[in-house]
Amino acid sequence: MTLITRRGLLKAGGAAAATLPFAGRAFAAEPLKVAFIYVGPVGDFGFTFAHEQGRKEAQAHFGENVVTTYVENVAEGPDAERVLKNLADDGNKLIFATSFGFMNPTVKVAKRYPDVMFEHCTGYQTAANIATYNARFYEGRAVCGTIAGHMSKTGIGGYVASFPIPEVVMGINAFTLAAQKVNPAFQTKVVWVSSWYDPAKEADAAKALFDQGADILSQHTDSPAPLQAAEQRGLMAFGQAWDMSSFAPKAHLTAIENHWGGYYIERIQAVIDGTWKTGSVWAGLKEDMVRMAPWNERIPPEVVKAAEAMRDGQADGSVKIFSGPIVDQNGTEKVPLGSALDDPTLLALDWYVAGVQS
Amino acid sequence: MTEAMAVSILMTVIGAATPLLLAALGELVAEKSGVLNLGIEGMMLVGAVTGFAVTSSTGMHLLGLLAAMAAAVGASMIFGVLTISLASNQVATGLALTIFGIGLSSMIGESFVGLTIAPLGPVFPAALAEDPLLRLVFGHSILVYVSLVMTAAVAWFLTRSRGGLILRAVGENDHSAHSIGYSVTTVRYAAVAFGGAMAGLAGCYYSMVQTPMWADELTAGRGWIALALVVFSAWRPWRLLAGAYLFGAVMTFELHAKAAGLNIVPPEFLAALPYLATILVLALISSRRSVGSAAPACLGQPFRPST
Repeated sequence: MTLITRRGLLKAGGAAAATLPFAGRAFAAEPLKVAFIYVGPVGDFGFTFAHEQGRKEAQAHFGENVVTTYVENVAEGPDAERVLKNLADDGNKLIFATSFGFMNPTVKVAKRYPDVMFEHCTGYQTAANIATYNARFYEGRAVCGTIAGHMSKTGIGGYVASFPIPEVVMGINAFTLAAQKVNPAFQTKVVWVSSWYDPAKEADAAKALFDQGADILSQHTDSPAPLQAAEQRGLMAFGQAWDMSSFAPKAHLTAIENHWGGYYIERIQAVIDGTWKTGSVWAGLKEDMVRMAPWNERIPPEVVKAAEAMRDGQADGSVKIFSGPIVDQNGTEKVPLGSALDDPTLLALDWYVAGVQS
Repeated sequence: MTEAMAVSILMTVIGAATPLLLAALGELVAEKSGVLNLGIEGMMLVGAVTGFAVTSSTGMHLLGLLAAMAAAVGASMIFGVLTISLASNQVATGLALTIFGIGLSSMIGESFVGLTIAPLGPVFPAALAEDPLLRLVFGHSILVYVSLVMTAAVAWFLTRSRGGLILRAVGENDHSAHSIGYSVTTVRYAAVAFGGAMAGLAGCYYSMVQTPMWADELTAGRGWIALALVVFSAWRPWRLLAGAYLFGAVMTFELHAKAAGLNIVPPEFLAALPYLATILVLALISSRRSVGSAAPACLGQPFRPST
């Protein structure tokens, strides 16, 4: 394994020089080179951290047959193009670009390197050598919503949100719909902090929501700050992207975990077998790409049972959180009984269900 | 609105204002001596990570605060040597200090990501702060009281003390101060070090009080707001206090308005409010000429003694 960080290029170069001749001698076939680029630091304990766990899992699975590399803190835009090009020149045959903003650079570079496979996370542009992949985070939100419906005493959930893009909107709606299945009067109050990452503002947003009567908190921002605010107030919250319970042992009820490792292993194997094809994957609880962190022991057994039913129901397809009837904030019926929102509609979602105060 | 809720909102305002006030007070003193240090954000981050790392390793908050101040002073001294002794461009060096601080803090903090510490709690015994109104007075961490005491101390120092007079003289006319025998270099080093120490404390407010954890770029650009506040205050400590609390109030109001579901104005407008307020006040200040000239005359200019 080779590590490339901005801070440690020299060190990484030395490590690569040290491991390559050895690998060459040990195996007749050259190991496949696979690279990952990350938008944040691997230590963000959120989105990038989760991708890094996936890379480690893949590396452990393939051992010496595959050499994985990562570059962290890659700015979205021209800088990403340069990094992608370097990685392709370096002999990487499969490159994972793990942020939405890497889309255009990936498309550009992929044209110039037709024999290198690219995988872009959360984007929508594919080509002969570009595949996209994303996770159905909203399924995890629905499980949190079920717990919130049972556990909230005030019937008001708080939601610290980043930007009103479909990804976030569907999370808010799934959380609210699931909570309302338990408590029809459940309300979700949303505070937009206009950032993916601003710990101080996220904490203040959490406090504002608690002051307005929320006693359980969900977040679609990347820092554990809202959880800490919940812990200090003695209230409840859900983690984001990874198990954040170490920050709030009492408040942290569960978390939606992003597990990319299985997908990475599958795609690397496809390149090794020569069966890699472009495509768009949107996987969730069923494929194990989205998982729930361990339940906090303060959740009563019957609530755990309800949460597990919601989790397993979505995994086997018997429960669809976006099935009708669904009424929006203005009282208009958006989804009639007997039908459900399809994927293209979900990926362009721009309205909130009744009970959301945004 | 209940009394408890009002108190809770005011506590949030104080929490948002305190680190801005701390960092801006330090910058105000540095600027009064004629040094423009754009590295506040970098020094805050170095302070934040050091405070967290030392507290996490030793369990002693006071040690964390002291180490944070020392580390931020160290960072400010790099800037000091370059700009004061070597007369490099202050704007460029300050920006470099911020970029350096972001990288250095990320490197120091690498092994502390994912850990948490007990937050730096209120300085007075909890019994004193049981009543909501008394909580407003006695329910804060030591940094809140330090920020208030320092405001008074800086105001007194700059206008009532001999040392303050010398510092202002150095900032207004370095050559005159030099010709009557004051060491411009020493005064400016001291002012920059003070700025560093205060930025270090401000950083600790984030990593030890508000969100007791370390994550890269924890301060998320607050250093720049502190920088704007100094101009906003026309280099006056009490006006700086008012400005910091006004900012804190506007930022908190934005979040509460959203949480309360006030949809009279779009959320994007509320998010822009603190910045609109800055522009408005800056415009007002510069339209009044007498106040607009409040900037120290030698601000940003390197001092090269002619004799």
